[in-house]
Amino acid sequence: MSSDSLEGRQAALRSKRVRNTLRTAAFMSPWLIGFSVFFAYPLVSTVYFSFMKYDGLNPPTWRGLDNWTYVFSDLPKFWPAMQNTLWLAVVMVACRVVFGLGTGLLITKIKLGAGLFRTLFYLPYLAPPVAATLAFVFLLNPGTGPVNSLLEAVGIPAPSWFNDTAWAKPALTVLAVWGVGDLMVIFMAALLDVPKEQYEAAELDGTSAWQRFRYVTLPNISPIVLFAVVTGIIGAMQYYTQPIVAAKVASGVMGGSGQTFEPGYPDDSTLTLPQLVYDLGFGRFDYGAACVVALVLFALSMAFTALLMRRRGGLIGSGD
Amino acid sequence: MTSSVSTLDRSASRTPTAGAAEKTARRKALLHWIAVHSLGIATALFFVLPFVFVFLTSLMSDQQALTRDLTPNTWHWDNYVKVFETPGFLTWWKNSLLYAGLGTALVVVSSVPVAYALAKFRFRGRHLSLLLVISMMMLPPQVVIIPMYLFWAKQMDLSGTLWPLIVPMAFGDAFAVFLLRQFLLTIPDEYIEAAKIDGCGELRTLVKIVLPMAKPGIAAVALFQFFYCWNDYFGPQIYASENPGAWTLSYGLESFKGAHHTDWNLTMAATVLVMAPVILVFFFAQKAFVEGVTLTGVKG
Repeated sequence: MSSDSLEGRQAALRSKRVRNTLRTAAFMSPWLIGFSVFFAYPLVSTVYFSFMKYDGLNPPTWRGLDNWTYVFSDLPKFWPAMQNTLWLAVVMVACRVVFGLGTGLLITKIKLGAGLFRTLFYLPYLAPPVAATLAFVFLLNPGTGPVNSLLEAVGIPAPSWFNDTAWAKPALTVLAVWGVGDLMVIFMAALLDVPKEQYEAAELDGTSAWQRFRYVTLPNISPIVLFAVVTGIIGAMQYYTQPIVAAKVASGVMGGSGQTFEPGYPDDSTLTLPQLVYDLGFGRFDYGAACVVALVLFALSMAFTALLMRRRGGLIGSGD
Repeated sequence: MTSSVSTLDRSASRTPTAGAAEKTARRKALLHWIAVHSLGIATALFFVLPFVFVFLTSLMSDQQALTRDLTPNTWHWDNYVKVFETPGFLTWWKNSLLYAGLGTALVVVSSVPVAYALAKFRFRGRHLSLLLVISMMMLPPQVVIIPMYLFWAKQMDLSGTLWPLIVPMAFGDAFAVFLLRQFLLTIPDEYIEAAKIDGCGELRTLVKIVLPMAKPGIAAVALFQFFYCWNDYFGPQIYASENPGAWTLSYGLESFKGAHHTDWNLTMAATVLVMAPVILVFFFAQKAFVEGVTLTGVKG
């Protein structure tokens, strides 16, 4: 009798478990399909094509490691693209974090019209990248742009910005710093969360403003700084629209319908890894080499993602 | 001058410096206030002036836009009419709205149940699923673009349209799932349990109890997605470049400069017209947006 009810209970438990699994599967199903079709399958396929010779017309043929050795030792654009991507990951990210923290600090100190200032600081972040890039190519136009007119009026030698190999990446950095509103908001929220008592205690100890920033503010917001740095680097790995649009517009070479444009103007100085994937795949139909560069990009992104998740388990949050 | 001397005298003759210290402290605070607000104004100029110059140039004649002048001599509001009369411009506008509108709706509908399961269900593989969602979120789109393009162009024969960009949005977006999950974590389990005790099924609980409480999170996700689609350049470039009839504003804008070689005035007017909707949307939904940005970085 008792074994009967135990069996019954076990059966009920089992059917509940089956029901729960089905429920979970049903709720997760959009993503399960999306993950398989738009992530897992193309990723495996990218690895496969990295060993093949394929131009999209003739059937793919096995090439072994040839694509890999070609990209690393014989493709003249690969190392410049890698260098540019790393330059952006270091300089552009550093500028954005410093400026984002600076404006975040400034906005917490402003008393009069704080809401208005916040909106004005935030607005450029929203400007669509293509529109913002076009605007900056115009503003930094060496001949007639307002920025160089102002610089020359004050007597500062004006660079050629997007038309100069040495100044193209700094010009892109100015554009990126202009759109720093996302970081400003994140830093602002973090700064307002620093306990007031710590500042009061530090002030009683007779510390300077710099010491308070260094020993109270910075330790409190360091997880957010790390978050900003790592997500910034991951963003740098995907940096595509601004450099390619700036290069197209500044060089005056316009791709019409169906035409492709060789990115990197001037002289590969703005070529990044994602653009190289595009150039190899859709400019030269060398899908094999494009997939090799794509996998390099994948490895870099995943390495930084792992860093973010290890150092800041907080990103995943307390689900339990 | 005299008053400051007299206070100095008085404080020197009596108990030392209480009044003077207060006064220097107040003067210091005033100087600090002035410094902060001056810096604020200078920074605001850096953020705002590009918009101002673009707008002013958009109202110049084509000749004047090539000069160093900062303000228009005569105000050419008809530049905006000319932009709208450019062949294709209205089509790009329509395509952008289609891509952004449909994309946003699909992403919200498909991402909410996934985020709900990740936030509130207990199941094996939950942690792994979340790690994979984050990995997808961090993945540059260029990593998988070759097989994706081959799939849509060769197998599905859909190149020259925006469908290869819209269809995947019916299967959840990693960023939307992540953001919504972070938001749903903040909803106490007690509400969900109470609804179940009252006899609500999972789907009804989600629709009747959780969704109304998750409105700010959903609004933030919808805004981000709308902006993402509106701003997307890489997607339309890969799938739609061969067919100008399928271009979006973000993609078409760049070719606009190509078609109007020296007409910076018209190009800047078109630029204003691409920026305007995004900025209008922001003013109507500022709070939801700022909350969303904060959520990505701080919560959890």
